[in-house]
Amino acid sequence: MASKVTSAVMRQGLGVLGVAIRTEKAVFAIAVLASGLYGGMTVASAWALGWATENAVLPAFEKGDITSGVLWSATLLIMGTALLKSIGVAGRRIFAGVVQYRMQARSRRDVTKQYLRLPLSWHHQHPTGQLLSNASADAEAAWAPLAPLPMAVGVIVMLITAAIAMVFTDPALALVGFLIFPAIAVLNLIYQRKLSPLATRAQQLRAEVSEIAHESFDGALVVKTLGREALETERFQRRAHELRDANIAVGRVRGLFDPMLEALPTLGVLIVLAVGAMRLSSGSINSGELVQVAYLFTLLSFPIRALGWVLAELPRSVVGWTRVQAVLDASGSMEYGSAEPAGTRPASLQVDDVSYAYGDSEVLHGVSFDVAAGRTVALVGPTGSGKSTLTQLLVRLVDPAAGEVRLDGEDLRELAYGAIARSAALVPQQTFLFDDTVRGNVALGLDVTDEEVWAALRLAQADGFVARLADGLDTRVGERGTTLSGGQRQRVALARAIVRRPRLLILDDATSSVDPQVEAKILYGLRDSAESSTTVVVAYRMATIALADEVVFLERGRVADRGTHEELLARCEGYRNLVTAYEREESERAAIEADEQEGVSA
Amino acid sequence: MALQGVERTALATVRRGLSLTPEFRNGLIGTMALAVVATVGKIIVPIAVQQTIDTGIKGGKPDLSYIFGAVAICAVAVILTALAGYLMNVRLYKSTESSLATLRVRGFRHVHDLSVLTQNTERRGALVSRVTNDVDQISTFMQWGGLMIIVALGQLLVATVLMFIYSWQLTLLVWICFIPLMIALPRFQRLLSRAYTIVRERTGDMLAAVSESVVGAAVIRAYAAEGRTAERVDTSVDANRSAQIRAQTIVGFVFPLTEIVAALAIAGIVLLGVQLGLSGGISAGKLVAFLFLVTLFVSPLQIATEVLNEAQNAVAGWRRILGVLDTPPDVADPGEKGAELPRGPISVKFEDVHFAYPGGEPVLQEVTVEIPPRSRVAIVGETGSGKTTFAKLLTRLMDPAAGRVTIDGHDLREIRFSSLRERIVMVPQDGFLFDGTLADNIRYGRPSATDAEISLALTELGLADWVDGLPAALDTPVGQRGESLSAGERQLVALARAYLADPDLLLLDEATSAVDPATEVRLARALEGVTRGRTAVSIAHRLSTAENADEVLVFDAGRLVQRGAHADLVREEGVYAGLHASWISAAHS
Repeated sequence: MASKVTSAVMRQGLGVLGVAIRTEKAVFAIAVLASGLYGGMTVASAWALGWATENAVLPAFEKGDITSGVLWSATLLIMGTALLKSIGVAGRRIFAGVVQYRMQARSRRDVTKQYLRLPLSWHHQHPTGQLLSNASADAEAAWAPLAPLPMAVGVIVMLITAAIAMVFTDPALALVGFLIFPAIAVLNLIYQRKLSPLATRAQQLRAEVSEIAHESFDGALVVKTLGREALETERFQRRAHELRDANIAVGRVRGLFDPMLEALPTLGVLIVLAVGAMRLSSGSINSGELVQVAYLFTLLSFPIRALGWVLAELPRSVVGWTRVQAVLDASGSMEYGSAEPAGTRPASLQVDDVSYAYGDSEVLHGVSFDVAAGRTVALVGPTGSGKSTLTQLLVRLVDPAAGEVRLDGEDLRELAYGAIARSAALVPQQTFLFDDTVRGNVALGLDVTDEEVWAALRLAQADGFVARLADGLDTRVGERGTTLSGGQRQRVALARAIVRRPRLLILDDATSSVDPQVEAKILYGLRDSAESSTTVVVAYRMATIALADEVVFLERGRVADRGTHEELLARCEGYRNLVTAYEREESERAAIEADEQEGVSA
Repeated sequence: MALQGVERTALATVRRGLSLTPEFRNGLIGTMALAVVATVGKIIVPIAVQQTIDTGIKGGKPDLSYIFGAVAICAVAVILTALAGYLMNVRLYKSTESSLATLRVRGFRHVHDLSVLTQNTERRGALVSRVTNDVDQISTFMQWGGLMIIVALGQLLVATVLMFIYSWQLTLLVWICFIPLMIALPRFQRLLSRAYTIVRERTGDMLAAVSESVVGAAVIRAYAAEGRTAERVDTSVDANRSAQIRAQTIVGFVFPLTEIVAALAIAGIVLLGVQLGLSGGISAGKLVAFLFLVTLFVSPLQIATEVLNEAQNAVAGWRRILGVLDTPPDVADPGEKGAELPRGPISVKFEDVHFAYPGGEPVLQEVTVEIPPRSRVAIVGETGSGKTTFAKLLTRLMDPAAGRVTIDGHDLREIRFSSLRERIVMVPQDGFLFDGTLADNIRYGRPSATDAEISLALTELGLADWVDGLPAALDTPVGQRGESLSAGERQLVALARAYLADPDLLLLDEATSAVDPATEVRLARALEGVTRGRTAVSIAHRLSTAENADEVLVFDAGRLVQRGAHADLVREEGVYAGLHASWISAAHS
């Protein structure tokens, strides 16, 4: 983690800022001009005060006379500089914000576009939490120094103006300034360097504390049913205490440097008074000038710290920018061809010698089978045999490492973008509903009438419960559909596929959370519906397998056998063991019980 | 049953919040005293300026020794106040961080102690932020905003006192200039707070839209819905940006107002001060000191809107975490007072048990049943018939509204959680896994288990081959929520975890619904643990489970309508016969 302000980080950080400046030239220029106005006017306001002291206040006390002209000029000067300074402050803050927030929004849009463009295999390699923070926290951090940047530029203007003003006023007093101000800047830089890694660590721990809470509350049922509340609290407490200690470490550094940074300019003013008194006695300056310099010190002590803020944000910015850039630079997007499938209803499907691997471990080895138009094929196999991966290949969520999948004789990779989705629909094992209405979730951007949505829901046996929802089709289902039960979510997801009247329907154990009775109704409904489609269904239940014309039996990522249910039952032992497990169990159990009886009697 | 939270005023909320964390009060008086000393440091410069002008350079000829003496004394004072500032900060950070860590951990524990019912009515994210963001907000306020209120008030007070000593007329003038601003500040704060609220809402919308593109990656691709999501993301990102810029614009306009008012006060001081000086009402040094003292009014008022905003957030944060802590865990652990039951064959009784969700229809009525030790029980019924409620009452995830559930003659409510959870374990349908290795997750069932014991358990369950086939066997990481494994594999791990816990009664809530039949049969047999005398209760989704049970409990519309062996029930006229017929037709059509 690049949390230290090294020169390499500095260079990179300035490079990042350069990108923003180039992108938002005009607005950034306005912010800098406004900040320059603020810087200049800060010095001018001290000068106005000194002028008023020398020309209006002191003469009145010393000589006892006042010219109203001088008094009004003083008033005008003071008010005028303050007004211009305020305009500068407002302009700087507003336009710096515009630059910062525009850049943030730009990064967020670009990153999300990449998420939508990159292939699913890329998503598999990156944890969800990381991708979400790339788009939120990292995009925020990358552009964070843009907020204090114009201010820092303004402060530089302010310092140069102040230096010139002081040199012209009195070189000796200027010398005090040249000692004190660089000292403040250096002290602040040391401060930020010490603080930065500690703050980064605290931030990191804050995220970890949050992650533990998230995971632990998500798994609340497991925690409760196993009675592990104390264990979880201990786990959380360990991290919470680390966070506490990290925050106290931050506090120590803050506690040390903040008072020092306040004391330093105060000491500066005192030195100015002492040195000024000597200069006054030697006649080099007048009292007004002394007041002016002392006042300048008071005004400058705070803004000068803005230089440190920019530097402090740079390492975080570089880290954020690098992470965002890594997403934007990610290649391996899915290439699309230009072909459209023949479009005859229903579709045909060929899987030809397909292999697929997650990282190093190959999960599918040379899988081949085909499904003639209008036929139903059941994919059967033990848990972990690669069925779900295979269904993903069939709709080109991922591309095979070797071999090809053909829809209507056309390699999926040759088809135009959207062509597969127009022909085929996959209902995955893991249901995902969008935080949208029931209608929005079923239609998913497709232009369909309410009647069509209801018809799809009816076929998915979901019309009943949707009709009973408070707002019917307009009911929002909540984040990931949390307001619905597992079985209800599955049926809405099924309706999403049905409403598209796909020519190829792929069901990946898509009714596992649905009651067997309801499941049967769904399957019959699908079979008897007027829309003829080719169907691939992942199943264990005999009811489902019975609907299939052919069975493909997968074992450890290979097609172990294929044929009708009866054929496989007769010749494939693995298949027989799997699908007749329940029947066999009964007889075996009887045998075991008989054994036990024997054991007892023996 | 939602979180309750007692209605309180802001002050009462803070007082109650602080009373929960004694660490904060320890040494608070010392910290406050140091804060006062640190604040006094702010008026050193105006006093030094006044002394230099009035006494040091009176009559044109500076009295250098006097000035040097004054400056030296002031310098010592500055260093002392800085030291006070350091000590105050360290003490403040220690006490606030310690107290907030306590609050965080208490809140976390309390969320786990709340009933499943309460947990489920709250959004997960909302619960998490009660122990994270809400506490952070309090922490920011205590270490910055709250401190600033003390410092700012102290600063205004000492400045005013000193001003009053110098000239009451000019003091009045300064206050007249600043009072309208002070009156207007709460109004600005409300404006700003509304703007920030909108920013927060828009940020929430944006994060939801962005997360859709990540979490829903597969569905989006399968249905070519990229355009729809991209549009949603663009709209929400832009709305968020506009809200941020709007809030920043309000800050941009409000922030410099103080400078303008200060300039007005300074001009007024010069105008009025000169008149006063002519009549001998004030010295030149005092007048100049006033110009410095006015700057002490600027920073407190400039940050006032932000401080007020933070104060409001902190009170809201306290309210939310108190909302958790004030909600009594309606399914409470009797703790020390509770009974500790010996392990061994378990006997369960439901005595006229009723249950209804708060404000809802009864979902379970008049359930009276006994589950003898060592029995295999299947629970069947249609969705919504009450079988899951029955399971939750049996595991005491909820308490009955009327009647009682006993094990070995003890009411569940009188049994220590540690003892109850050891004897009865439920495996829910969704096999939730923690982000860690396979071994970590299985060991969760019994933290003291050795690797050898875990391997033995897997062998007994017939899962050893499956584990060996994984890339890193037991050390295979399962990913967040176990998402690197398939749904069936997650269920296998969840089962192994419960098996390792080795309870006297194991309750399976469709815990193998995504597992292949051969594995399921193997697991069922191992889990029933016939030889050990374990009781096994299964919510059945397959005919075979019911067929193999010693006893089947049939639920319909919240009532236990039939019970008995499969063979007997199937011959009876009733709900079970109907269910059975539909199973058969589903299996053999």
